[in-house]
Amino acid sequence: MSALLVIDRLRVRYDTRDVLRALSLEVARGEMVALMGPSGVGKTTALRAVAALQPFDEGQIVVDGFALVPGPVPPESRLVFLRRRVGLVFQAHALFEHLTALDNVTLALRHVLGQPRVAAETTASRLLSELDVGTRGGAWPRQLSGGEAQRVSIARALAPDPALLLMDEPTAALDPARRTALGATLRRLCEQGRGLLVSTHDAEFARAHADRVVSLTAARPS
Amino acid sequence: MVGAVVLAVALATQGTSHRTLLWGGDAEGGAPFVEADPRDPSRVRGFDVEVAERIARGLGGDRSAQFLQVQWSNIDQSVERGDFTLGLSGVEDTPARRARHAVTLPYFEFREVLAVRPADAGKIHGLADLRGRRVATLGSTIAYDMLMQARDSTGVLPISYDDDVHPYGDLVTGRIDAVLLDHIIAQRALRRRGGSGFVILDQPVAIGHYVGVLAQANATLRDSIDAVLREAMRDGSLEQIFRRWNVWDETQRPFFERVLHTNERASGGPTTPSVQALAYLPSLARAAVVTLLVSVLSMALAVVVGLALASGRVYGSTVVRVATTSYIEIIRGTPLLLQLFVIYYGLAGVVRLPAFLAAVLALGLNYAAYEAEIYRGALEAVPRIQLEAARTLGLSELQILRLVRGPQALRYALAPMTNDFVALLKDSALVSVITVVELTKETAIYATNVGSWVVPGALCAVVYLAMSLPLSRLARRLERRWKTP
Repeated sequence: MSALLVIDRLRVRYDTRDVLRALSLEVARGEMVALMGPSGVGKTTALRAVAALQPFDEGQIVVDGFALVPGPVPPESRLVFLRRRVGLVFQAHALFEHLTALDNVTLALRHVLGQPRVAAETTASRLLSELDVGTRGGAWPRQLSGGEAQRVSIARALAPDPALLLMDEPTAALDPARRTALGATLRRLCEQGRGLLVSTHDAEFARAHADRVVSLTAARPS
Repeated sequence: MVGAVVLAVALATQGTSHRTLLWGGDAEGGAPFVEADPRDPSRVRGFDVEVAERIARGLGGDRSAQFLQVQWSNIDQSVERGDFTLGLSGVEDTPARRARHAVTLPYFEFREVLAVRPADAGKIHGLADLRGRRVATLGSTIAYDMLMQARDSTGVLPISYDDDVHPYGDLVTGRIDAVLLDHIIAQRALRRRGGSGFVILDQPVAIGHYVGVLAQANATLRDSIDAVLREAMRDGSLEQIFRRWNVWDETQRPFFERVLHTNERASGGPTTPSVQALAYLPSLARAAVVTLLVSVLSMALAVVVGLALASGRVYGSTVVRVATTSYIEIIRGTPLLLQLFVIYYGLAGVVRLPAFLAAVLALGLNYAAYEAEIYRGALEAVPRIQLEAARTLGLSELQILRLVRGPQALRYALAPMTNDFVALLKDSALVSVITVVELTKETAIYATNVGSWVVPGALCAVVYLAMSLPLSRLARRLERRWKTP
């Protein structure tokens, strides 16, 4: 399996404090890797660095051949390749409050990929149906339950068909039945050939569904 | 304590009324009527000042005249309120004034004359030759009423000014085509310009008279003042006053004779207030349309410029941020009235903007500064995670602004924007200082001419409310619709 994502000795500092030190991991196509560790250990920071939302101080991140280097986050105009290959599902979902569930999913299809409205809506409806929220397309984000919002958020991230999907604490607000269903959904995404990097502090979920678990411990103060 | 103060004030007022004749006029009108004395600006001088002094002396009891400054258009209301006993300051004799107040004998005859540019002097002989042309005068005057009638009969375009200096300046620069005002004012303006720039047509458009005005309840004192004025006409003291101020001419003597040999005080047929009230309704409606147009166009400009300024502050480089912040601070830190004057009169040497356009520009550019701060606040209130989510989807910064940040910010901005539009609707009253007759100005003219603010004020308030309430309702409905459950 060729590596889709390579993180090599990643270091992130806030002021004088190390949030992440020497994190190295790889994610292959069709593989789901769980990034484990207690709260505050830098799991979210790692995902944000991979999604180029967060600068880092040392190391390197390579996504499908595209390298991010230490220093400020590059301007969006230089991140077009990365954006097309990486999707991120936020822990808080971050659905656009002024758009319906369906429009949240069609946004990138229409305005980034340039698809006509009808084609975009067909794709979006299929994605929502696959994630069991096909009937909620007309709902506003505030009308969705936590689980529904998470699945709409996954559909939105999947819409531009990214090779790598990052998920931040996806089980945080789910009951056991929902957790199992989510695990099955993520396995299906892997079978489609995507790589998944999932941050979680839920050891049971990680063991049950991930191919590999990478454990993070708190970085020592430098 | 309070009782003692009230008693003291009452005694002081009583004392004053016994020894002095308190009279009101507007020193802003200037010489030869009433002006601040250049040698001692705390005193006033002018022929009306001397007429007031002559009246005070004639009333006996060693009375002296004491001047009280009042805005010219408010003389009637102030005298009726009891602010002073006698109003004098080029006050015109009109049927409406006679119907509502105790008015003295006319003491001076003036001619309403047209002033035009020298090049037009051969072509224009009266109002009939001014179809489709802009003719200016002071608001709330006989001349203004004449222009309103001429608008309906001959298609003249009346322009109302708040002062009698700017009309002549604007005539010379070509902003307007003629000025209709009292011959004293026209001659004074011509002297100030060194006798050039415009000419005064010989043929008067109408004849009018200056009178003193007292509260209706003061009819007895008015009769005494009439007796003093007759005596001053007979003994030549009134003529001397007018000669001293260079306003005496050959028409005054026959006019005095007519006054002395008739007992009729009225110079025109009485007009009932109700007829006048109805006559003003079309003008009020027109003025309401002007208010609405000025407000809507200004707000549209304010929104567009405000968005550009806010974008500059949020997204711009250091230079752009400094420039936009400076604009906002300068505009918010200086009075709108000053900005109106600068755009209309100050820029006249560079670009001669029509009054309506200048009004929309000044209001729009002023409100843009306030809108910009609202939009900046609203843009910054959109949670960062929403912008990050949009970024991970591959949207460009411009697309994020257009598709995610802007629409969400609009919801935050809607309530303060509605608030601003309602404020602008009322602030648009200020544009009357640059000759745009809008609702408040038209109401003031109406109120002056009918001599009461009760009906015009109520009508005006109703029209403003009719414009602002639906707007607030619309905003509330939009907010409800956008506030998804």
